[in-house]
Amino acid sequence: MAGNDQEYPKVVIREDECKGCGLCIVSCPENVLFEQKHLNRQGFHPAGYKGQGCTGCTFCFYQCPEPGAITVYKKGYVEEEVS
Amino acid sequence: MAKVLQKANSFYDIYERKSGMNKDITHYCPGCGHGVLHKLIAEAIDDFDIRDRTILISPVGCSVFAYYYFRVGNIQAAHGRAPAVATGIKRAMPHSIVISYQGDGDLAAIGGNNIMQAANRGEKITVFFVNNAIYGMTGGQMAPTTIVGQKTTTSPYGRKPENEGYPVRMCELISTLEAPLYVERVALGDPRHTNKVRRAVRRGLKNQIENKGFSFVEVLSVCPSGWKMTSEQAKDWLQEEMVKYFPLGVYKDESSKVETTEAKPHVFTIDNINENLSIPTRESASDKVEKKPQQQYRNPKLIIAGFGGQGVLMLGLGLAQAGMEAGYQVSWIPSYGPEMRGGTANCHVNLSTERIGSPTVSQPSLLIAMNAPSLDKFEKQVVKNGMILYNTSLIDKKPERSDIESVGIPATEIADELGNTRVANMVVLGAYIGLTGILDKKTLFQALPKFIKRNAMIPLNEKAIERGIEFVQK
Ligand SMILES: Cc1ncc(C[n+]2csc(CCOP(=O)(O)OP(=O)(O)O)c2C)c(N)n1
Ligand code: SF4
Ligand code: SF4
Ligand code: SF4
Repeated sequence: MAGNDQEYPKVVIREDECKGCGLCIVSCPENVLFEQKHLNRQGFHPAGYKGQGCTGCTFCFYQCPEPGAITVYKKGYVEEEVS
Repeated sequence: MAKVLQKANSFYDIYERKSGMNKDITHYCPGCGHGVLHKLIAEAIDDFDIRDRTILISPVGCSVFAYYYFRVGNIQAAHGRAPAVATGIKRAMPHSIVISYQGDGDLAAIGGNNIMQAANRGEKITVFFVNNAIYGMTGGQMAPTTIVGQKTTTSPYGRKPENEGYPVRMCELISTLEAPLYVERVALGDPRHTNKVRRAVRRGLKNQIENKGFSFVEVLSVCPSGWKMTSEQAKDWLQEEMVKYFPLGVYKDESSKVETTEAKPHVFTIDNINENLSIPTRESASDKVEKKPQQQYRNPKLIIAGFGGQGVLMLGLGLAQAGMEAGYQVSWIPSYGPEMRGGTANCHVNLSTERIGSPTVSQPSLLIAMNAPSLDKFEKQVVKNGMILYNTSLIDKKPERSDIESVGIPATEIADELGNTRVANMVVLGAYIGLTGILDKKTLFQALPKFIKRNAMIPLNEKAIERGIEFVQK
């Protein structure tokens, strides 16, 4: 899968770390984040990604107060980089 | 530019210090500005590669637990005192990157003077000042930065200048000072402003990396809980109301005028500490003492007592000074009560080859009594097999104890023969070293100028010491 451009950019939200503040949702210029119906472990409605349309602008990352809740993979990201 | 934005390495993966469950999330309320600023700071620490020399001071306030999260050196300071703690750390470890992270209650209220003094001294630290216009942690009371009209639990009808004064603007105050290098106010809230916060955080840290001076970054922040708003309302209120009272921008920036230098770590070794304090190294200690004192005279604990004007404090000080030069661990504390003037005075002295646990002496191994009341008062406290050295010129009886060694010396008379009764103290000091060998004459003479201010008096004091030695050795 490495280097598959189709997959990126994208945003990944760790639902258990999300506090449902909604700041990422209002900051997203593409409107691709939304508040989910279900509750997470802490009783918040976590944010979710619609699955496509993210441009990797990073706005949501910098608006989110929770250090580990959001990861943004930009265009051209290749998996080897993380390890 | 990294292709992935994720949790910074300068955060712990799991917040082990946090109590209870949920060790993977912060304790902050949803939408709280502290978390956003934490992320920007952690990212900068990663990017500048300074994690292993960064020390973050957590304040009192909601960010009191910042040390749960940052994988750096951490210290938590008393309310408002982070700048003083940061000062100490930075001066002891100039190569470290010291961050004082503070809320507005912490920095502008209880710690108001603390931050002004650190700024005025131009400490080379970085201060991140989180201004959320309220006391968050304690439930939303008014802060010095609460804006006019803002309702808090302690200004329920809104802040009124007639009653509570105007909001304090810290950037404006600090930028009037000469010493600060960089002062900027930025605001969280939307991506464009947050990006400016990110830049200011990095400038504040870079200034310290380049060893330039005091950097102060005020970050207008949100407290949805204290403000009783949703996260979104809070960010709008910040952008619409708060910035009116707290104009954003750079208030001072001298960073381009100051050269980049490298802060060198202090190297602490026994030798260079001793050198700085002009203490000979320990190895030379025993060399300086001609003969080792007999067992019962080693590591003495002294009470030296007399009436004011007999120089008992000076006697103790001289002994401690010379002892220090000889390489002993020493302590000297004067002890005087209301009878200081004209009454009795005494001091406690320790001379030891070991570390000294307590400088106070309750059971002396040696009592030097310069007058009768001192002998009466302290004789009982002397340890068994201890020693009493007493001034027979002014004490016409002998110590009663038979389980101690007692030596009388007509110190005042000898001093009088030398032309000045005030050197009786040095006669006794001479007698003491002559009897016990705790110090040799040479070391004592070398130390004299350190505790006798008038050079002209030194020959007389030397003579007095010699007479004391002669008296006990004949
Ligand atoms: C010496 C002392 N006085 C008072 C308090 C109570 N106290 C705890 S936090 C706080 C105010 C914190 O407000 P701020 O600095 O604005 O931080 P925030 O919680 O808003 O982040 C006060 C007064 C304390 N802990 N210690
Ligand atoms: S990176 Fe930008 S486009 Fe993608 S989800 Fe976040 S805010 Fe939306
Ligand atoms: S900003 Fe972070 S915590 Fe808030 S809803 Fe989005 S992911 Fe959750
Ligand atoms: S009370 Fe305010 S400052 Fe404290 S964690 Fe909650 S939102 Fe943040």
